[in-house]
Amino acid sequence: MKCTLIWQTARLSRRTLLQRLGAAGMLVVLRPAGAWATKETVQQAIRQLIGAREPQPGGVTLRLPKIAETGNSVPLTITADSPMTPEDHVLRIHVFVEGNPEPVAATYHLGRRAGKAEISTRLRLARSQTVLALAEMSDGSVRSGTASIVVTLGACVEEVWGN
Amino acid sequence: MAEPRVRVPSTAKQGEIIEIKTLLSHPMETGHSRDVYGKLIPRYIIHTFTCTYNGEEVFRADWHPAIAANPYLAFYTVATESGRLRFEWIDDKDTVYATEAEITVV
Repeated sequence: MKCTLIWQTARLSRRTLLQRLGAAGMLVVLRPAGAWATKETVQQAIRQLIGAREPQPGGVTLRLPKIAETGNSVPLTITADSPMTPEDHVLRIHVFVEGNPEPVAATYHLGRRAGKAEISTRLRLARSQTVLALAEMSDGSVRSGTASIVVTLGACVEEVWGN
Repeated sequence: MAEPRVRVPSTAKQGEIIEIKTLLSHPMETGHSRDVYGKLIPRYIIHTFTCTYNGEEVFRADWHPAIAANPYLAFYTVATESGRLRFEWIDDKDTVYATEAEITVV
């Protein structure tokens, strides 16, 4: 439909039309398979989840292996410093993966009945990156922590040939 | 589909902080990978996990494609009273996987 339109409006010769179609094809090929998270999309995701509040570094510890052979299932434990009392506790923990196609990995809602601000999960990581965790406290403040990991073989990519 | 697995202490002291471990078999398709024909495999993940303690929600997780297949999750809660903990996982096809565990608080 688009091609006929170009043909009619510009009255292109067959050769130029083929050349242009070829160029368009190249563009499609050169584009990566999926859009990756960028600094901007990560920032946007952070703003969506915690609003305008500025996270204070510290008080959130991530236990993540330094190196992973594959990114398919990487264990992660997050601990936030908090007495976890009804007056002073962690409301939510957000996990961000800047090196994946989608910047947000998970949100964990803890609240006053959690007892201990610690969660363990397993991530799927597309490549080497820094994982960021933000803890929203009951007083409205936000604390942050990070951990970096080298992923030898990323998730997603080899799944193309998967079962 | 395999049954979800949870580990909850069967007894606890009042006010004790207990660890809960959960595991569910699920492919957690990201929606970013392709099959052998180059066709995008549609997203198919567990997006919500909840734990209720005698009907009251004590823990919840919102998940995105960066959570690994067969999602494992460990978290804590305070043993307040004897009763029942219910665990629910909901996926993109609105399938609900649920299991329960009894706890006696002394």
